[in-house]
Amino acid sequence: MIGYILRRLLAMPLLLLGVATAAFFLSQVTKADPLSAVVGERQMNNPEIVAAAKARWGLDRSVPERYVIYVVNLAQGDFGTSFRTRRPVAEDIAARLPATLELVLFAMLFGVTSGVALGVAAAHWRDSWIDHAARLFALIGSSMPVFWTGLILLYVLSVALGWLPGPGRMDARAAFEPGPTGFHTVDAVLAGDWRRLGMALSHLVLPAFVLGWAVTGIISRLVRGSMLDVLEQDYVRTARAKGAGERRVLFGHALRNAMIPTLTIIGHSFAYLITGAVLTETIFAWPGIGSYAVDSARTLDHPAIIGVTLVGAEAFLLSNLATDIAYAVFNPRIEYGGGRG
Amino acid sequence: MAEAGAAPRRAARPAWLTAPVILGLIVVSFWIAAALSADLWGLADPLRMVARRLQPPSAEHWLGTDALGRDVLSRTLHGARFSLLIAVVVVGVAVALGSLLGALAGFLGGWVETGVMRLVDVVLAFPPVLLAMAVAATLGPGLENAAVALIAVWWPVYARLMRGQVLEVRTREHVEAAVACGVRPARLLWKHILSLCWTPVLINATMDVGQVILLAAALSFIGLGATPPTPEWGAMISAGATQFYSWWIAFGPGMAILTIVLGFNFLGDGLRDVLDARSER
Repeated sequence: MIGYILRRLLAMPLLLLGVATAAFFLSQVTKADPLSAVVGERQMNNPEIVAAAKARWGLDRSVPERYVIYVVNLAQGDFGTSFRTRRPVAEDIAARLPATLELVLFAMLFGVTSGVALGVAAAHWRDSWIDHAARLFALIGSSMPVFWTGLILLYVLSVALGWLPGPGRMDARAAFEPGPTGFHTVDAVLAGDWRRLGMALSHLVLPAFVLGWAVTGIISRLVRGSMLDVLEQDYVRTARAKGAGERRVLFGHALRNAMIPTLTIIGHSFAYLITGAVLTETIFAWPGIGSYAVDSARTLDHPAIIGVTLVGAEAFLLSNLATDIAYAVFNPRIEYGGGRG
Repeated sequence: MAEAGAAPRRAARPAWLTAPVILGLIVVSFWIAAALSADLWGLADPLRMVARRLQPPSAEHWLGTDALGRDVLSRTLHGARFSLLIAVVVVGVAVALGSLLGALAGFLGGWVETGVMRLVDVVLAFPPVLLAMAVAATLGPGLENAAVALIAVWWPVYARLMRGQVLEVRTREHVEAAVACGVRPARLLWKHILSLCWTPVLINATMDVGQVILLAAALSFIGLGATPPTPEWGAMISAGATQFYSWWIAFGPGMAILTIVLGFNFLGDGLRDVLDARSER
């Protein structure tokens, strides 16, 4: 197992280099001329200014040279400068990361709890209407376009019924001191400001639900499958024969083992959350890296979109690595609750 | 093993024709029909102003009119051709390219395998939507470019799947027997190995048609796919988002995406239950 973890860890730098190379390749084939982003249209006719800009931005160097510089810069966390905001991409991303993380965490919380609950219920009442309803709910979750569901729910719950606030992380007129973590919920708790906490949570409900729904589907399906596998095994029959109550059989015996394959999916569903966050943030005017990516893509702001893509790939790779290592460490086939059935 | 205690199936219909599959077939057939023949349904011109702008649904315009006075129902039905075409092209090319590379990697081994699989690792290291956005932003807006971006994101899935299948099948006895009989490599790969590898690819492809429709619509929603005035669903929802209080503009295309993707997911689900006994349930 240690060999496996070492192999995975050693592969990481190579994968990251591959990812950086892919990004460099994209930035080379793009039709967007980086020069036109830094030099004004009129000055384009002035060869001196063009030459100076080329030298300043390293555009006069050969492609292999630029590649090496690019990779070295990336390794130092320098993603270049955004054409649109004129600020370093790394700074833009860092400023927007907490908003995305907060949204993704709450979406994950909703997706996992509802997914496990639905999966257990579906397995317990197999082939009943509950099972079918859970399956349909899960399928809808992975079939709907989040950018549309968000829009419709926002219209119904916020505009028509007025139960929930509109888009954004906070009410438009509310001004709060930025806290140390950048997570509005955590900052509110740290400051002991309950009104702020309530506002942050009420703004999180809809986007987290919309984003988490797809995860609900993935997880409930898997929990149902592995619950059914586990419920057929001898030790569950033994537990039942010993007179264990149904609740104890389901949660004490079956779910504990069914959760192990589920844990890996929870880790891997991070990818779905990143994907979904990009679109959810756009609908809910959420100032995170997802809406940053979309705004950048819309304006063909190449350094910014590549920067977000690289950060996304890194987060994705790390979460998969952590998940796989956790899986290897908690290998399910070795122990079960200290060896007692 | 799940079937041990199950009631015997009714004989009237074949085993693969379960309720979800029937539902999926109906929905998908409807949209295919719309894609092929929307022009013949006597609908309003999807590109022309046919009524006052921003009219809510009425007897005349069932799904209302958009900001330019175009009929939303007509545009929604006409939109099927773009979504289906892009999905079929993307999945088709991704399956062909990915399967070819994956099969060669699994069959030849050595540096071919190393090269292909490391490339697969790198592409799969990106979150799909972000990579598709980056590629599409690199190429510029347009449906063709969106298709290229989606193919670039999708082929590695099939390469990995096909390589795994080939590695598994090639150790079977009938392959050894064929090798012993002196069957040439190309024929060995095509006749004796690949013919047994298609089932999971087919299931995956069916499920992926829905996912590609979703992602293609997302690219258009962002502004990287279809360009105006194309009646593409993602672009229509994007237009609806800017006319927030006229909810009907986004309602039609959204329902269209939801139902067509659900249809393909039902089909894929049903196919998996039938074709792939190992992952039953």
